[in-house]
This record gives sequence, structure tokens and C-alpha cells, in this order.
Amino acid sequence: MLRKFYAPGLALMAVAGFATQPAFAETPDEILASIRKEVAGTSGFQGFSAAHGESFFRAKHGNELSCTSCHTENPAGPGKHNKTGKTIKPLAPSANAERFTSRKKVDKWFKRNCNDVLDRVCTAQEQGDVITYLLTVKN
Amino acid sequence: MSVHNQIFLQIFAVTLLAMGITISAAHADDDRDERYADKPGERYGEGYSSKYGGENRGKPIQPVQTNAKFQQECSSCHIAYAPGLLPAESWRKIMAGLDKHFGSDASLDARDSREITDFLVSNASTRWSASTAPLRITESSWFRSKHDSHEISPAVWKSPQVKSPANCAACHRTAERGDFSERNIKMPL
Repeated sequence: MLRKFYAPGLALMAVAGFATQPAFAETPDEILASIRKEVAGTSGFQGFSAAHGESFFRAKHGNELSCTSCHTENPAGPGKHNKTGKTIKPLAPSANAERFTSRKKVDKWFKRNCNDVLDRVCTAQEQGDVITYLLTVKN
Repeated sequence: MSVHNQIFLQIFAVTLLAMGITISAAHADDDRDERYADKPGERYGEGYSSKYGGENRGKPIQPVQTNAKFQQECSSCHIAYAPGLLPAESWRKIMAGLDKHFGSDASLDARDSREITDFLVSNASTRWSASTAPLRITESSWFRSKHDSHEISPAVWKSPQVKSPANCAACHRTAERGDFSERNIKMPL
């Protein structure tokens, strides 16, 4: 009798265990490629640049804020929310495999953070440059 | 007993067990002052909707069944504040203005926004009778009364570990799961 109850119970736990495993729907390269598609056709597009991405990431924009205000000078380390002080997980994929694995999430945060830091949305060029830079950051 | 019946019974048993664990965790008492509040013949919590000038938090503060999207989206920048801390109208206003959320853009797509709004509104404070609907939890009468200078020394608020009164978890160590019981309070300093 006990065994009869055990088997389905264990099976259920196994299913629940699998369900909590993070499933990365996309890779950072795939997301970068889809952003590239948005600008590839525009005149003068010369690809994404890690150097441009880095200077954009570190520069102070409007509102006296930069990406580093929360994500710090080292994107491979943890950040801290400028207002609430809540810890932010590292932004560089080398330090945090969850980063840039969902286009929906990438779009959500670029929209929010660019509005806060620059008072406008970021262009596809800027987004691509920043991701390209972050992919070069070593842990 | 058929095989189908047995499987059904087994799944039922596992589900019951899981429900039991969830319910026992959610039943932590949130307020010492109301421990002996319920008089015979009085419905649970009734009589407390006029307290704090009608601006009282709900009981429970956190529903037994939470919402994954709410937990995930509302805890990126701060803890996911329990829905019972504010009345339904407050949540409607907050969710309608996410693009300018206390100085930050916290916008969500329409579908996620609707799901979270529904969850917050249907689990909002059950003991809020005033027509007020503040945007800040710290503006409500129950909050101000519970956190006045008799309760908390001004030095605590100035502690760098507290930083802001919005940082519930600085003292309420289990605030993240909607548990504000006194035994789980530990003030810095």
C-alpha cells in the first residue's frame, strides 16, 4: 500500500522539480541578432560596437544618472537599486546566465531604464552596443 | 477499486498535503493588538473597519493563494507589498500609473498589468472603510499609528540599513512573504 502511494508522489515531486528549473527560451546571441534585424537595413549601420556600448553604459545622461548608478562600474558584480537599495543580480551574462535570455524581459527593462536614465527610449543601435559590451565582460 | 480511482486518490492526497503546508505558513498572526479581538458572535475581524479612521489594513494581509506574476514583477525593485496593506482603489491607481511609479518607469505589458491588478484588487484590504485611497502605504493611518515615535525611535529611520520607510524588510524580516508578526521584527542598531 505504501509503495502504491510512493510512486505517484515521487513522480509528482519530480515533475515539480523540473518545472522550477530555469528554462532559457532564447540565448543572448539570438536576442542580439533580433535587435540587429531592426537596424540592419538602415543606412550607415556598421554593426554593434562593444566600445560604444561601454562608453554609453558609463556615461551620465539626463537626470544625472547612468547605467552604473544601479548596475555599478562592474557589470559582473551585483548592483544596488538607486532608490530602494535592493540588490540587483549581475548584468553580465558571464556572471549571471539568466541575463538576456528573454526578449520580453530585455524590452521591458530597456524601456523602463532608458526612460529613467535618458528620458527617452533607447535606439536599437544603443541596445545592441550595450549588449555587445556586456557579452565581453568577463567574470 | 479501479486503477483510475487509485490514481485519483493518490493525487488528491498529495494535493491535500501541499495545501496543508501552504495554509499553516500563511496563518501567522500579523497584529498583537488584535489577538483577543474577536468576541463571541462577532464575525472575524468585524468592528475593525472603523479603526484608524477607516484606514485599516486587511486581515489577512496576504491571501493564502498568491500570484506568481505579482511575486515576480513586483519584487524586482522592492519587496512585493502584500495586497491587504492598501484598499482596492489605491491598487487601481498605482497600477494605472506604472509608467511614472514614484519617479521610475515600472511599466508592464497590458496582459501582465491586468493579471496583477486583478490579484491586488481582489485581495485588497477588507477593513478599509474610508473613501481615501493613498498611493503610499506609509500615508495610511494604520501605518502612521503603528510606526509613530512611541513605537520607533527616530534614530531607527535614519539608519543606513533602513534607508526608506518603504524598506519593510529592514525590520520586518519576513515581510517578503506578507508576514509582519511582531515576533519576526528585528530593528537594526
